[in-house]
Amino acid sequence: MAPRFPALTSEQKKELSEIAQRIVTNGKGILAADESVGTMGNRLQRIKVENTEENRRQFREILFTVDNSINQSIGGVILFHETLYQKDGQGKLFRNILKEKGIVVGIKLDKGSAPLAGTNKETTIQGLDGLSERCAQYKKDGADFGKWRAVLRIDNQCPSNLAIQENANTLARYASICQQNGLVPIVEPEVLPDGDHDLEHCQYVTEKVLAAVYKALNDHHVYLEGTLLKPNMVTAGHACTKKYTPEQVAMATVTALHRTVPAAVPGICFLSGGMSEEDATLNLNAINLCPLPKPWKLSFSYGRALQASALAAWGGKAANKKATQEAFMKRALANCQAAKGQYVHTGSSGAASTQSLFTACYTY
Amino acid sequence: MPHSYPALSAEQKKELSDIALRIVAPGKGILAADESVGSMAKRLSQIGVENTEENRRLYRQVLFSADDRIKKCIGGVIFFHETLYQKDDNGVPFVRTIQDKGIVVGIKVDKGVVPLAGTDGETTTQGLDGLSERCAQYKKDGANFAKWRCVLKISERTPSALAILENANVLARYASICQQNGIVPIVEPEILPDGDHDLKRCQYVTEKVLAAVYKALSDHHVYLEGTLLKPNMVTPGHACPIKYSPEEIAMATVTALRRTVPPAVPGVTFLSGGQSEEEASLNLNAINRCPLPRPWALTFSYGRALQASALNAWRGQQDNAGAATEEFIKRAEVNGLAAQGKYEGSGEDGGAAAQSLYIANHAY
Repeated sequence: MAPRFPALTSEQKKELSEIAQRIVTNGKGILAADESVGTMGNRLQRIKVENTEENRRQFREILFTVDNSINQSIGGVILFHETLYQKDGQGKLFRNILKEKGIVVGIKLDKGSAPLAGTNKETTIQGLDGLSERCAQYKKDGADFGKWRAVLRIDNQCPSNLAIQENANTLARYASICQQNGLVPIVEPEVLPDGDHDLEHCQYVTEKVLAAVYKALNDHHVYLEGTLLKPNMVTAGHACTKKYTPEQVAMATVTALHRTVPAAVPGICFLSGGMSEEDATLNLNAINLCPLPKPWKLSFSYGRALQASALAAWGGKAANKKATQEAFMKRALANCQAAKGQYVHTGSSGAASTQSLFTACYTY
Repeated sequence: MPHSYPALSAEQKKELSDIALRIVAPGKGILAADESVGSMAKRLSQIGVENTEENRRLYRQVLFSADDRIKKCIGGVIFFHETLYQKDDNGVPFVRTIQDKGIVVGIKVDKGVVPLAGTDGETTTQGLDGLSERCAQYKKDGANFAKWRCVLKISERTPSALAILENANVLARYASICQQNGIVPIVEPEILPDGDHDLKRCQYVTEKVLAAVYKALSDHHVYLEGTLLKPNMVTPGHACPIKYSPEEIAMATVTALRRTVPPAVPGVTFLSGGQSEEEASLNLNAINRCPLPRPWALTFSYGRALQASALNAWRGQQDNAGAATEEFIKRAEVNGLAAQGKYEGSGEDGGAAAQSLYIANHAY
């Protein structure tokens, strides 16, 4: 082995690790508001709102101008490229509004999936070209963390070794490049819930995938203390006939993480993957109450599971701003409590909050 | 990915995990008394004693006749094959004496190092042939854990990728076979302290080696909760001119482990690798006082660092047996405290305790 060539200076490491900790401190989690134009299209169509840049701007404005106390439950917001440069009605940049609330701004960096030839419809993720320059620019423009979503699925012969290795490798390259530019990489190896497999099979696959991810991160000299993980919870496939409790989901999830995620990783922020708002909160709560040792923060990075009620309340009408903000604030607080294992299920959930947000074979 | 084929049943997993937890219960560590015939030759020649089977038996008797005081600080003893079938002067098998003290019996199962052609003097470890049958027999004969030592060294071009990969793989095969036979594998990837490299270099290499080890264990479907790790502490090379404090060693060691060893591993039992008895205790103590979160037990699996004073006191004379046993008990109790971060230091250095036990390029 040749003598090592340090990838980062101590100052760079300190900066990265401080950013990561700020995002997940004290039960805080992440609002994933980085839906691409196409994905926002799906969301807006559901509430019969036209998918224009202005409508997208308006909805994000309502979320971001919520009361400052949101910073007790939200430590970071992931933005899509367009949104990073949008402003509120008074001409103030969204990213500055968020920063003034003490919330860390993040940016989605991947450029979507590309097929892996010779596999059963598996994919890898593109976006590495010119990534360093893009990261440097985003850092100047106020971002302090990045996010990149790799997708694996459970099916006949899936995930294949190639899909696992290839996605782990691209995640590690992305993470390495982020860190070189002062951005904390959120590493997201999502194992989709599509399928009829049971809880045990999802756990097995998740363990294999995460082991490959952390080996790749190590091979690429990524500084783990300056990263966050955004995995799926371990759940049964959506078409599985057997039902599991939040406690079973929690035990399977924490066991898988326990066997693969080094303690140096400061935080694990689960994706909601189509779970209803309430299920996403209940599961996160159960995870934080799981009796196994949990050396990382266990929090949330939710898109749909933080915004469904808010979207429904908004309906595209400015007059509904207050109701929209209340709906969003309520989910944020609930998930913050869940991230501390303190969530008490009230029993009264709006229709939107229990409605399953599952969309088959979800792509952003 | 095909469906998982579970390697172990739930009962097998429970048995393995219970054994591992018993060995590293709070305040307890391991006595490595598994020196091969060749290694014992070196130890005995240092005190002017002939290397006969009877002398080896008499010496182990000195250690194993320790009274109940060792029950609270020794969780396991590693035996060499010969010793597993030896008895004390009253005809009581050593295995039974140890078991009666509530201490778990372990067995060294590797068959020593062999060269890796095309490398700069690097090795792998042999012993896989017929290992399953041997493990089954050892289990019947009272062993509940095993140990296998791989060796890597740091130099300009080592450890090479091949050495890391090959040793990680062979450790994973050994671990898998052990677990099939109800035996907890202690996984020992020792990076020798030979050389003039600094602390940082050792930390870097240790992280690379351990990442490879845990990837291999995952690939081989090894149940981590039913294993223990026996690594080197992270230290400078023995010929390094820079001196480091126990706190620096502790910080480098715990950092390396936090980045590579999943929390599911119940315990890390350090080798002493030629440190003096007192150094080994002070370093272990500092490790247990390190301010970083540590999700595994951090304790000892010491050979020389538990036995040096005892050997010296014994010098082959039966009259000295009692005094020699006392020396061993003393070191065991000190290390039991160090494993809890409660050791206050000796203040006075015994002659043998401070003497460096370094032997160049140590092979058992």
